Amino acid sequence: MPINYYIFLSLALFCIGIVGVLTRRNAIIIFMCIELMLNAVNLLLVAFSKMHHNAALLAGDATTIAGTDGQLFVFFIMVVAAAEVSVGLAIIVMMYRNIHSVDVNFLNRLKH
Amino acid sequence: MGITQILFWFLSIVAIFSALMVISSKNPVHSVLWLILTFFSISGHYILLNAQFLAIVNIIVYAGAIMVLFLFVIMLMNLNKETEPQKHKWLRIAGAVAGGCLLLVLVAALKDTDIKHQQALVNTGGIGLIKNLGKELFTTYVVPFEISSILFLSAMVGAVVIGKKE
Repeated sequence: MPINYYIFLSLALFCIGIVGVLTRRNAIIIFMCIELMLNAVNLLLVAFSKMHHNAALLAGDATTIAGTDGQLFVFFIMVVAAAEVSVGLAIIVMMYRNIHSVDVNFLNRLKH
Repeated sequence: MGITQILFWFLSIVAIFSALMVISSKNPVHSVLWLILTFFSISGHYILLNAQFLAIVNIIVYAGAIMVLFLFVIMLMNLNKETEPQKHKWLRIAGAVAGGCLLLVLVAALKDTDIKHQQALVNTGGIGLIKNLGKELFTTYVVPFEISSILFLSAMVGAVVIGKKE
């Protein structure tokens, strides 16, 4: 597949995530949109990794492992996302226990 | 149009449609379920790119663990359509326009790049298999791998400390 298609698909998913963050007020939905953006980046990383692999194969190296780095980065992004979700959801639960809402507009009282 | 192209377009349409449903459905539980469908279609893309390890990890970690955590929290809080906070109409329109403008600018900037004639290898190629990834992960990337275990430990401690009742 042409790499262009993957770039545009990832851009569309990423921008949908951004629109979700900008238009929703539920903290959990905003968090889910951040996960969507992370996944769009992951998809693009895998596509670029396969693109580099293809370029190395076309250069004549039949046993190349070029492009492995991209897929390992995706693996580490997933690791970081899992840790991020556990801490973030704990913060949201704590916020819900204190103010009985998950509305991010109430969070601006953190300023004072 | 071969089977690969058909699968690519089908998975892309499913991914974008379900992503749009994530941000537009009023009920948070429906949002979670649509997001799981998005993750499954992204996993389908990984399989199409022959990144089999990442496809399985994506299903197990994202659709299996993270989304279940989201679902637990939403059901714990008893959120539903009635309690869903809504933004003002004009703010929502402004957010959609801002996101659309960003998409427009990025597409315009990237549509004439040098790499646009390059192909991503689909269906073949052994770099996404667990043999190659495991060898690389435990030789070149062994230090980040061990550090990520410390990250997990600190995240676990942090979640317990934050979530504990004082």
